[in-house]
Amino acid sequence: MWRISYLEPLTVDVLERIIERERPSGLLATLGGQTGLNLAVQLAESGVLERYGVRLLGTPLSAIQQAEDREAFKQLLLSIGEPVPESITAHSVQEALAFAARVGYPLVVRPAFTLGGTGGGVANDAAELTVRVMSGVAASPIGQVLVERSLLGWKEIEYEVMRDGADTCITVCNMENIDPMGVHTGDSIVVAPSQTLTDKEYQMLRSAALRIIRALGIEGGCNVQFALDPDRSPTTDPEAQVPYFVIEVNPRVSRSSALASKATGYPIARVAAKIAIGKRLHEIPNAVTKKTTAAFEPALDYVVVKIPRWPFDKFAAADRTLGTQMKATGEVMAIDRSFEASLLKALRSLEVKGQGLLWEAPAWVEVTDPTRFVDEFLSAQPTDDRLWRLFAALRRGAQIELIHERTRIDRWFLRKIARIVRFAEDDLQGRTPTPALLRAAKRMGFADADIATLTGMLPADVRRLRTQWGIRPVYKMVDTCAAEFEAVTPYFYSTYEQENEATPLVGPKAVILGSGPIRIGQGIEFDCCCVQSAGALRERGVAPIMVNSNPETVSTDFDASARLYFDPLDEESIAAVLENEGPGPIAVLAQFGGQTALNLADRLAAIGGEIAGTSADAIALAEDRRRFHDFADALGIPQPPGGTASSPTEALAVATEIGYPVLVRPSYVLGGRGMEIAYGPEDLERYFRSALEAGTGRVLVDKYLRGKEVEVDAVSDGSETLVAGIMEHIERAGVHSGDSYAVYPAQNLLPAERDEIVALTRRIAEALPVKGLLNIQFIVENERVWVLEVNPRASRTVPFLTKVTGVPLVKIAVAIALGSSVAAEGYPEMKSTGEVMGIDRSFAPALWKSLVAAGLAPARSGKILVTVADKDKPEVVEIIEGFHWLGYDLVATSGTAALVRSLGLDVTEIKKLAEGSQDILKLIRSGECAAVINTPTLGKTVDRDGFLIRRAAVEARVPCLTSLDTALAVVTALRASAVTTSVAPLAEYRALEPVVTTAAD
Amino acid sequence: MKERLVSPKRSTVAELEGQLHLYASETYSYATMTRAAVLGLEDGSTWWGEAFGDGQSASGEVVFNTAMTGYQEIASDASYNGQIVVLTYPLIGNYGTFDRAGESRRPWVEGLIVRELVGTCREGTIDLDAYLRSYGVPGLAGIDTRALVRRLRAKGTLRGVILQVPPHRSQTEDIAREAVATARSIQPLAAKPLVVESTGLERQVGSGPKVALLDTGVKENQIRCLVQKGATVKTFPATAMAREILSWSPDGIVISNGPGDPAAIPLIAAATRTLVEAAASRGMNRALPILGICLGHQLVGRAIGATTSRLPFGHHGANHPVQDLRTGRVAITSQNHEFQVDEASIPSGAGFAVSSRNLNDGSVEGLAHER
Repeated sequence: MWRISYLEPLTVDVLERIIERERPSGLLATLGGQTGLNLAVQLAESGVLERYGVRLLGTPLSAIQQAEDREAFKQLLLSIGEPVPESITAHSVQEALAFAARVGYPLVVRPAFTLGGTGGGVANDAAELTVRVMSGVAASPIGQVLVERSLLGWKEIEYEVMRDGADTCITVCNMENIDPMGVHTGDSIVVAPSQTLTDKEYQMLRSAALRIIRALGIEGGCNVQFALDPDRSPTTDPEAQVPYFVIEVNPRVSRSSALASKATGYPIARVAAKIAIGKRLHEIPNAVTKKTTAAFEPALDYVVVKIPRWPFDKFAAADRTLGTQMKATGEVMAIDRSFEASLLKALRSLEVKGQGLLWEAPAWVEVTDPTRFVDEFLSAQPTDDRLWRLFAALRRGAQIELIHERTRIDRWFLRKIARIVRFAEDDLQGRTPTPALLRAAKRMGFADADIATLTGMLPADVRRLRTQWGIRPVYKMVDTCAAEFEAVTPYFYSTYEQENEATPLVGPKAVILGSGPIRIGQGIEFDCCCVQSAGALRERGVAPIMVNSNPETVSTDFDASARLYFDPLDEESIAAVLENEGPGPIAVLAQFGGQTALNLADRLAAIGGEIAGTSADAIALAEDRRRFHDFADALGIPQPPGGTASSPTEALAVATEIGYPVLVRPSYVLGGRGMEIAYGPEDLERYFRSALEAGTGRVLVDKYLRGKEVEVDAVSDGSETLVAGIMEHIERAGVHSGDSYAVYPAQNLLPAERDEIVALTRRIAEALPVKGLLNIQFIVENERVWVLEVNPRASRTVPFLTKVTGVPLVKIAVAIALGSSVAAEGYPEMKSTGEVMGIDRSFAPALWKSLVAAGLAPARSGKILVTVADKDKPEVVEIIEGFHWLGYDLVATSGTAALVRSLGLDVTEIKKLAEGSQDILKLIRSGECAAVINTPTLGKTVDRDGFLIRRAAVEARVPCLTSLDTALAVVTALRASAVTTSVAPLAEYRALEPVVTTAAD
Repeated sequence: MKERLVSPKRSTVAELEGQLHLYASETYSYATMTRAAVLGLEDGSTWWGEAFGDGQSASGEVVFNTAMTGYQEIASDASYNGQIVVLTYPLIGNYGTFDRAGESRRPWVEGLIVRELVGTCREGTIDLDAYLRSYGVPGLAGIDTRALVRRLRAKGTLRGVILQVPPHRSQTEDIAREAVATARSIQPLAAKPLVVESTGLERQVGSGPKVALLDTGVKENQIRCLVQKGATVKTFPATAMAREILSWSPDGIVISNGPGDPAAIPLIAAATRTLVEAAASRGMNRALPILGICLGHQLVGRAIGATTSRLPFGHHGANHPVQDLRTGRVAITSQNHEFQVDEASIPSGAGFAVSSRNLNDGSVEGLAHER
């Protein structure tokens, strides 16, 4: 892989220092998304590349600039005769309003140079336009927005194209958004290849995409988005072209490229990199067929469906409408031989508990009239649950034509979705399965669980019937060429057909359960662990078999494992994979894929698997906080005082006994609700009400200890335990560990506290016992250490700790899971002495780098807005004094201002929003505000002021500090940032025992 | 052998119990088949599915095409005359059929095999099912087309027969055996007058320099492209004599694509040879350029003394990389040919050289006269 790696903030300064040190001859910038592209432009424009003689590889700078500067790009397109929607670039509301007066509404606003279209949106009138333009200008690093005619409701089509230095161009694939124009591509359900385009339309847009990549002179990959008129019949006006517009061009690999790569098996990034170093497409071997070259266009013999994964299960109160601003955190992809089966499989892959095909929101249930349903739930702006609304409307018998008119979703997709619904309602509902019916249902993609619900059986019964009748999936290869050439790629998907192409792998093998879609609390860290575990298995001569459903991952690269099953991570599909690889039992690694994989742990034995590493029971013990409580008590492991409660009365009783504030959490991690701090009975009752609504069940009520939160990642064989490192959270307990800044090594632990932490870790690892990875969260207060939570699996900090300590945690864990021991792996048990993430030689510069990397570093001068809740006033003093000392001007709302004056410091008082003034928002947007310190008012009641302040800060890109611990850390970092930060390769830091901090973005 | 099958009624679920069930038709519910069909191949394999299109049986060489769109263009390409085409993309029929998408006056495929037949949602278009039915072309849906293609790839093009039966006779051994036996008795392509069937009437379109087009099964798009480039195109039937063509005093000659084996049409080959010789005898100032496409290219190859042979399973798709050997540039091309010009057989003294090559298998994709 890479020879030298740097873990440094991605800023021009830092990059210049790296270039100065390494003196590279070339820079490849088109594979790192918008971030990479922006940096390359800045490096070039600031003369750094020229100064050090660094050549920009692949796509030339002029092409990047031309594609990114909307006005220049528009002129280029017009010059080659490609249609673009009428638009202007605006820097002010006035310019936008003048344009609107000319072309009318609706209009679309997009900020220039932003990721995911942050700050954009559709404006239907002058008021909306004003808001959109203001926030767009603020979000754009160059203060520029594009305002253009809205093509709401047109078909949205994307082409992934590649070009080499000899001007050979190919299209890798095209994709069609089921959600027509108006919903960001990242929030759209997407199908590949396009389904509703005639050959003429397909070729027309393909030719246009190739003309564009040629005109730009791109060497590498490029993504072109089109809007196509949906209402033109192919038969009318035969010689005229169907009207289309070019919407967007990304002169780089993008989120869509990743999807296209996984959808076709064509490795876009790899080929782009080879083109960048001067290779021609026909000189690059096709890694899939090994016989043909990269100069061809993949032919698909299956249908791919992508569904975005939204975070609304965690943010119940969030605005769930979809527009031009992307809201999804991740996505799932499914492959099958029919659209219906592919869609239903993607639905299963989403892993939203209980939200299968048959799910309906409580508010829908009572609306039984189909037309009324469409009026009420499918006629306004689209929401994340639109697919389920379609199911519900069709279930009620709504007319396809009516739904089409309201949603503008193509009739073709609606008819296909209607087929699914009609099959469920007419053929499955209340019927007794027969072999023919069951086979038909499976071919259409119905999950065993859905068939069970509809026919009134249990999923296990459905599986038994299928086994009895020989109805099982086969696996087909993704081979880029629709079977025209013999292929060697080990990339498979399940389907109900006749021929199985995936015969069981011969020799030792193990299945790795992937981590599924990226969502809140389960990011790409787990994919990193899965990929490392595959490598570790290979080193030990065991063939890794990967199962995953997320196209945005490395684990789904077909060369990351010996075999890839691109399938949902649910019991049905894992059971089928195990059966196909059988006869079992087959070793399964479940500790690397986060919660997704762990959910399956206790079912593996029943479906032909054998968990490798920590047993299913030990996992269940740690996951069930109530069981764990008893277990820890028996071992004499200190835990914060508390108890469990299943009713508000019980909870209040516990809280009264131990005293407020209390920390409340669901007793089983899978409940999905986070923890909260209750300061009084009202908080507790409110939490309980919402917890019960969410079906959480039992709740743990623990004494809230205001100590330091410390986290450990370790690996154990059940008798020996290697503690890889102790990390300290900058925010105290109560802030979720995934939302905390962390510093490694812990900075404020006494030797005795460290020893106690290591001893407790060891004791827990032996008692469970753990065979593999282990993560424990502790609270430390006055030399006393309490255990807060134990996770016998890879944690999100494993990749972080592995990078900075060099201890290959995953590799050791895999060895242990396969029967080795800590000692045998050459890592004798050791006690971490704990030294230091941004990475640097000491804490403050490291923290400063994290802040810069997370985009949270305040400007070096300007105004600091402080508005904090009363409970926080005592603690904010040190922070206020710190900012004053650093020379910032203080601005505060009345209560906080009084506090500042009482310290004898100058302060400008500003009116609260609730007092009817917009001054605060104006200040935040003015560009004079260096940072905002705003803590939420007590509890989680609607905090309108705070919400608007935080939102304005995010939009204006002003660092917004909502935790006083973070704020204090920022002051510390600023005070010390006069000290120069260093820039060095990762390996060099490791040798020097560095300090590393992470910042939650 | 071409027995017409009338299906008296839709069979009930009970009658079909235990059989492979198929959802090729665009019905919303658990519909039953109205007609079953089986493909029998000469290698003895049989593939049961559901019939669509016309009710008769079909026979021919079974080939596959990997294009993801353009099913009507494929079905109406005369180069497929004599062949049953398997489409590898699983959903076929999505946007219906319409006049402008036809490459000729009718579909030429002997039969069409798809994974799933889908009805159209596009205004003003006709379902693929109805289109094929109206021209008497049968289809087979619901089979594991990928498995079939893998077999064709491994064994090369195979002869096959589609037989249709009422649903209650689906999966019956004797029908399957009959299909295989019939497949083994099919005449080779060379024995059928495929080109003569495919050629169209004489016509003249466009304005500008005169291009004579020898229609051995031309695709409409070739004529459209020539006219767009500013040519007058006059098509001559495949049976035309060389002197008829030359007496029109064309500025250039195009010999079109077409079906079958170039070695099996001696009269057309002879006409081509005369045309090539006439061109060669002209001086540079009165040059008569000749362009051969597909079958036309193979005929020109034979005219200069080269031989032609069968490719293992032909080139059928829209993604074939072809390199122009003079510029190095690679074009992604749409192809449909079963035969190739043998490179080693190109006579060294003829003044012709290979100008472009297929990057997948290295076969000759273009010849050019060296001046």
